[in-house]
Parts: sequence; C-alpha cells; structure tokens
Amino acid sequence: MGTRVSLFVTCMVDQLFPQVGMAMADVLERAGYQVDFPENQTCCGQPAFNSGYRAEARTVARHFLDTFESSETIVVPSGSCTAMVVHHFAELFHKEPDTLARAHSLEKRVWEFSTFLTEVAAVEDVGARLDRVVTFHDGCHGLRELGVKDAPRRLLSHVRGLELREMVPAEECCGFGGTFAVKFPELSGAMARTKIEAIERTGAQTVISGDPSCIMQIQGALTRAGSHIGTLHLAEVLASR
Amino acid sequence: MSTEFAQKSHDAMADPKLQLAIYTSTARLKQNRIDAVSPAALPDYQELRAHANAIKKHTIDNLDHYLEVFGRNVAAHGGKVVYCKDGTEVSDFVLNLAKERAAHLIVKSKSMTTEEVDLNERLEHHGLESVETDLGEYILQLAHERPYHIVAPALHMTRYQVADLFERELHAPRETVIEKQTALARSVLRQKFLAADIGISGANFLVADSGAVVIVENEGNARLTTSAPKIHIAVAGIEKVIPRAQDLATFLKLLARSATGQLLSVYTSFLSGPRRAGEIDGPDEFYVVLLDNGRTRLLPDKGKRQSLFCIRCGACLNTCPVYRKIGGHSFPWVYSGPIGAILTPQFMGIQHEPALPFASSLCGACGEVCPVKIDIPKVLLDLRSDVKKSDAREGRNRLEKLGFRAFAWLMTHPPLFEMAGRIGRSMGWPTSRKGPLGAWLSERDLPPLPAHSFREMWRRR
Repeated sequence: MGTRVSLFVTCMVDQLFPQVGMAMADVLERAGYQVDFPENQTCCGQPAFNSGYRAEARTVARHFLDTFESSETIVVPSGSCTAMVVHHFAELFHKEPDTLARAHSLEKRVWEFSTFLTEVAAVEDVGARLDRVVTFHDGCHGLRELGVKDAPRRLLSHVRGLELREMVPAEECCGFGGTFAVKFPELSGAMARTKIEAIERTGAQTVISGDPSCIMQIQGALTRAGSHIGTLHLAEVLASR
Repeated sequence: MSTEFAQKSHDAMADPKLQLAIYTSTARLKQNRIDAVSPAALPDYQELRAHANAIKKHTIDNLDHYLEVFGRNVAAHGGKVVYCKDGTEVSDFVLNLAKERAAHLIVKSKSMTTEEVDLNERLEHHGLESVETDLGEYILQLAHERPYHIVAPALHMTRYQVADLFERELHAPRETVIEKQTALARSVLRQKFLAADIGISGANFLVADSGAVVIVENEGNARLTTSAPKIHIAVAGIEKVIPRAQDLATFLKLLARSATGQLLSVYTSFLSGPRRAGEIDGPDEFYVVLLDNGRTRLLPDKGKRQSLFCIRCGACLNTCPVYRKIGGHSFPWVYSGPIGAILTPQFMGIQHEPALPFASSLCGACGEVCPVKIDIPKVLLDLRSDVKKSDAREGRNRLEKLGFRAFAWLMTHPPLFEMAGRIGRSMGWPTSRKGPLGAWLSERDLPPLPAHSFREMWRRR
C-alpha cells in the first residue's frame, strides 16, 4: 500500500471529461499511490468568485473545506481550480479566523497534477508512450498563480514517441476565462482564434493542456474552424501506452 | 454592458487594418520590454519591482506627509503648488493666470492627467489656443481623437492616415514618409514654442525631498514646453509624489524599459522652480498643479488603492490579449487596457461602465508585467464584487444572482448535483440557442457529452 492521495477531479471533469479523471487516477496509482475519491466533492466555487458573487463562492468553498477536511493530499487536474483553492480561499475567509485557518491548512495540501508528480512523487518518467507531434498550452492560472511551467514539460519529455513543439507566443490566454467566454463571446472567440493560429504554426497534431477549461475552449474553436487538430489533457497523455 | 462599449469593441475587432496596426505595434513594444528586462539585460529586475512597489506603498500610505514636503520644497525654490479637486479648478487656475498675464497661446507636452480633465477643450472653449507638441498627441489633436494608448497615443493610425490628416489640416502637400511628416509637424510646432506664453506639462514623478518635477520623454518637446515660455505649469495627479531623489534610481530603470524597452528615455528632465539669477534657461514662473479628480476617493480601500501606484508605462496594455483585440478607444475613459479597467470604475464610479471589470479573462499577464507590481487581476476581482453588490442594492441583474444562488445550492448538495448531471446528459445539450449556451455556440462547438460522470465511472471501477 502506497501513500494515500485524494482526487479533486473538478466539476468540469466530473461532468464533461470523466476520462481525464480516470487517466489521472491511473497515473497516480502507477506512481505507487493509493487513490480515493471523496464523494461529496463538487466544485471549488471559482465560477461564482470570478463573477463577483463572493457570498455564493464562500458557500461552495466551505463545502470544499468540509469535503477535504480529512484528506492529507489532494491532487487536481487543473491549475485554475488549484489556484482558486490555494490563493483565493484565504481571501474569501479573511473575516472568519477559524475558517481561514482551515483554508491555510488546505493550501499546503492541494496540488496541481503535474507539479504533484514532479515535486511530491518525484517522478518524471511515468512509462507513457504516444507517437505524436504535440504542442503544450499553459493555462494562465497555473502558469502565473502557481508557476506551473517546467513540470508538464519535464513529464512530456519522457513520453516515448512524443515530439513537443512550443508555440510562439507560448503564454497567451486561450480566451476562456470562465463566464467571460459567454459574457464576451466575440472577444473570447477572437482570442481563441489567435491561439489556434499559434497552434497551427507549430504543425502539431494534438494540443495538450493541464486545464480542462482551456481544452474545452480550444477544442471547441478548433472543431468550429474545421481543424483536425485534437486536444488531450496531460493526464491522458501520461496514461497512454 | 453598455451598447457603446459593445459596439466599439465589435467595430475594432471587425476592422482587419486596425487589428493589424494594434497587433504589430503592441507586439513590438511587448518584445522590446521582454528583452530589456530579461535576466541578461537587468539581473535585478524582480528586486527592482519589489522595491518600487514598497516605495509606492509607503508613499501612498503617507501621501499627506509627502505632498506637504513636496510643496514646501517647491516653494523654497520659488515655485508654487496649487491643489485642484477637479478639471474645473484646473482650467479656472490656468484661465485666471492667462488673463492676468495676457497670455493667449499655450504649448502642451504629453500628459494623461490633463486628458483626464479635457484641459485643451476647456481652455479652447474660453478662447485660448492650446497646442499639443508630442507628435502623437499633435496628430490626435488635429484628428479630434483621444489617445489610443497611454504611451503611444496614435498607435492605431497608419502613416497613410496621418498623411491624409496633415494634408487636410496643415494644407501641406501629401507626405507619406514618416521622417518628412515629423519634419512638417516640427516646423509648425517650432513656431508655436517660440510664440507660446505658457507651457503646460505633465509629470512622471514629483520628488518630495527636492521639490523637483521629473519628466521623461523622447522627442524633446517637453523640455521646450517647460523652458521656452515664461510660465511653466506642471499638472500632476497627487499620487505621482515619491519620497526621495534616490528613489528615481529604481523608477527610471523600470519606466522606460517597461514602456518601450529603452534603458532610459532620450530626455529625462529634472525641473525645480523657475529660472534663478544667473541662469540662462527656464521660465519666470513655475507652478505645480496637484490634481485630485477622484484619487482621494481610492485611499480608504487598502486593497484597491494600489491602483494609484501606476507609473503609466503602458506595459499592461501591450501584453493584454483583450486590449490587443478591442483597442484603446473601446474603453469608456482616457485610460485603456487593464489599468484603465481598474482606474475607470474607481474614478468615474462603478456604474459608469459596469461591464468593464468583467471584460477580462483574468489571465494575469498584466500583473506579471507591471513594474510596480499592481495586482491588477485582484483589483478586477474586487471590482467585480463591488459591481454585484451595487447591482443587488439597486435590484439589477436579479436573474444572474438567482442563477448563482442556485449554483451554490446545487454545489453543496452532491446527490442533487449528480442527479442534475445525469438528467442533463440523458437529455443532451439543449437545442435552444439563447443565453450563455447560445453565446458559447456563437463562436465554438460544445464537447460531446460523456455517457457517464466521473463519479459513476469511479464506482464501477
């Protein structure tokens, strides 16, 4: 029996991209962890927080705190949801000392998937194989709020058969931005098209990202543009044989 | 969202020539900045940012003190500080002075602060001639437009558009070579400098311990504006004060690099007081107008008042994927881009354009490049919360509020969350093209719905 980790698969993976959660569990188990899934989990509250609804975000965040109270380590297949917990829970509860203490305790236990593998599990080669030319899209919150940049690349560098070609420019937003995508659809769509142009210039067959929401935006725009370029979550790549 | 903001954003995105102009100009400025602050070019960049942030924080925390010190030191050099609460007070001050001194012609160097209060329009309304002397600002004055960008005001115009404008307004033969356009503008402006009664400038920094106004520029027009006419008036926001001359070592290193990628601007002028006995250059009278115009309203909020740290470098505009799509004129006030999105609601009131703090994907690129480390995404989030509180008080957007209450309720009832998902998947994506779903589908496809949720798959595993 290895060390136990809890999955927070995020509401989006739970409802729309379950294969990402399964792949993440698979990779973690192969890395020697015993994986559990606290069934009460739902969402981190970010949609409400980013839309200005702090009270509603607090309600959901409190539920998250309760759900993962007894989890020692929590692994998340999203930089954005991880950043919400790690950076913004404290802000939500700054007037509630007891809850704030719980939020601070949680911050240290929540890990973005790729960083968990490289920093905690200390593995880079998970034994994956994928014969494909790919490019990697950095999710903004993971990149800028958590500093996730090298971890996914180090992991990808060990995937057999895989060739990574970086986008230029690499660090530009795909235009998702949560409710921004539907409040400003034209603007969000224009940003996605700029992203797609950068993707196409690499000649990659597949775009990989560590964030399901970016994947939904990029895949949605690729399909709409009639492109044959596909998307995969990093966990799916690392789980492939 | 106001229809004006939506319409202007749409028009900018639908104009391929404009898109190209914005994209290439900002890309160049962006890359110049990246090169100038790279570890090889500026190894202590991050330390400088942290230091600049600490100085700004300390100064804004003690603003009253440093303004007093600054005022005393300006007076000691024979200058005068004038406090103005708004644009009317600024123009009244200039108009009275012009009347007393029988002045008619004013030359101006670039100043976003005077743009805030429409100073040119106010002065011209009272019969004074006020001429912008920065090339970009001069072009815009002829075109009757607002600055498109904090640092590069005419960034959106091509040289062909400038050629048409000069031909029409200056009655000169059409000229499309940029150097020749510049020479043409210079020949007009030189005469204005020589004849001007008053020079009005902005200020990049007000140095408290030396009573100096510091101006950085590339064209030399600010130096002429502040030294050729008999009267110099510097108009500055009260937040421009910094404690000590030595702090400039930090700020000057950051400002030009962040703005244009230059190590220093071509001209850095330190102006402290009128011409003294024995000096050849300089004005007879020296005034510093310290403008509030809403700034003191920001002070009580210890989080959001970091917005006042801004040194107007424009780096956040160049790196912002939203600014680079919708451009400067879509923004509802003189300040555009991420900094405009946080300054405008605080200066003009949250309901001036309530959509503004939401017109961001919160990608964080702005905060990453800010030389004084303003946490722009955090301020945007705080402003979003302020908008929703204001909406709730006034009964606006009730349906959205209800939606998020339902969201919070569902997310705290896991069995119902699961059931809602299962029902949703069994029904498929709604076919109605209205609401958020329609907005999504207007630009993108939806992912195919999976047969089962993760939790269902996990149980069966």
